[in-house]
Amino acid sequence: MSIISVRDLVVEYDGRRVLDGVNLDIEQGEIMVLLGGSGSGKSTLLRQILGLERPKSGSIFVQGTDMTRCSQAELNRTRRSLGVAFQSGALFNSLTIKENVALNLREHTALAPSIIDLMVWMKLAVVGLADFGELHPRELSGGMKKRAAVARALALDPELLVLDEPSAGLDPIVAGELDELILFLKGALQITGLVVTHELPSAFRIADRIAMLFKGKLLEVGTKEEIQASQHPAVRNFLNRTADNPVHAPAVAAYLERYVQNQGAKS
Amino acid sequence: MASVFEITGKKTLSYAEYLGSLNIQLWATLRAMPVALPLVGNRHRWRAAIYQMLDIGVTALPMVALLAMCSGFILAMQGAAELRRFGALHYVIDLVAVGFSRELGPLITAIAVSGRSGSAFAAEIGTMRVTEEIDALKVMAFEPVEFLLAPKYLAALVAVPCLTVISNVFGILAGGVFMFFSTHLSLPLYFHYVLTSIELRDIVMGMIKSLAFATIIVQVGCLEGFRVRGGSDAVGRSATTAVVRSTFLVIVADAIFTAIFYSIGKM
Repeated sequence: MSIISVRDLVVEYDGRRVLDGVNLDIEQGEIMVLLGGSGSGKSTLLRQILGLERPKSGSIFVQGTDMTRCSQAELNRTRRSLGVAFQSGALFNSLTIKENVALNLREHTALAPSIIDLMVWMKLAVVGLADFGELHPRELSGGMKKRAAVARALALDPELLVLDEPSAGLDPIVAGELDELILFLKGALQITGLVVTHELPSAFRIADRIAMLFKGKLLEVGTKEEIQASQHPAVRNFLNRTADNPVHAPAVAAYLERYVQNQGAKS
Repeated sequence: MASVFEITGKKTLSYAEYLGSLNIQLWATLRAMPVALPLVGNRHRWRAAIYQMLDIGVTALPMVALLAMCSGFILAMQGAAELRRFGALHYVIDLVAVGFSRELGPLITAIAVSGRSGSAFAAEIGTMRVTEEIDALKVMAFEPVEFLLAPKYLAALVAVPCLTVISNVFGILAGGVFMFFSTHLSLPLYFHYVLTSIELRDIVMGMIKSLAFATIIVQVGCLEGFRVRGGSDAVGRSATTAVVRSTFLVIVADAIFTAIFYSIGKM
């Protein structure tokens, strides 16, 4: 049974179509990577799946709940089985790392403080931050912030882990560590993952299946091999890093020539 | 001509929309308020409310006291300059006592709080929007209104009337000091005259006003924060707008309340 199924999703901002008839299924236990360039609509799709925005039409089922039509209470119940790490980490700056991870446990469970302390320590140990619990988010490096965000996302032992651009803005080594962490979590916790990214090496390292998004449309969904063998021109362009609209060289040359002539005329 | 009507219409609609959102937010806050109350509510929200009370109230104390004393002196001196010509210097006592308890105490407090805390609310919530912390709250199944707004509103409803009382005391004290130096009227006798000149009704009116002002400051400050779109420049602008709009609305509300109390008083 699929954990998430997106059906005929259409999203418009001020009449501009951002997502156009997207259909996607994410199965239990797999890591689905949502791959696409800037402006392809991948962040929008993610926000829709999390119920942060409502679509123009279509539906999104997360564990059987329609996120586009359900009540606030149902939405909150479904959200408790999701762990989300945002692109910027989105750690609460006024709280320490420990308190950030503990927040969900403290508020949504009736566990004793000592148990919560232990669980927080375990989650931080999983991401390798056990010694940094007392620090505030601003005292951490970019990679540590992302790992802390993953620890917070894991707090309630979610069935589905959602990661928005986990390796964006990180150096290759730290990004690689984060990929290994995701694979480790999948192996150890049997977690289902939805990872949004535009980084090819990371996508092909962690994905079970890849969904390729381009200008609001889902071009291809398939395993790594299927995506790599795809003959779709836009997919090939993305994989080969070919520019979609290359800089128009004659136009630039003509502009420069005019500029030089104007400067010459002035002096 | 058409464009004049067009601009007027657009402006009117945008103000109506703003007032509408303010009212919707106020209603949502009132519904979330029980959560922030002690004993019956969530103790984490109550603790947040206490921190906010310290922040809005206690740390603003020196500033409000100083502002009130300066205004008390100004009112006494300006009044005395005119009243002396009619040999009615003792009316300065009534002027300061009634003026402060009905009008200046609540107003000065509101302006100080709007400058200190209104802008801080807008900046805090605005920053949380920019860094995706609000989205993180939502996907962690917390209601931002309940988590952020309710404790702040409860704190303001307690702290602003308290500050108003203190502002009244210091303003009236400044009048007493002026009377002591200009007419050698002793302070105990001055306070005796003050108590005969103000009625309980004056104090109650001042308190009602200060509750209304607290509502305006918190709701406008938080709404400006929630409406932040974009980056850090938008956060700065929202803090400025919060102060400008809340001060403006405080004075408008003051005029309305004074008109109502005036017409009730005549009957």
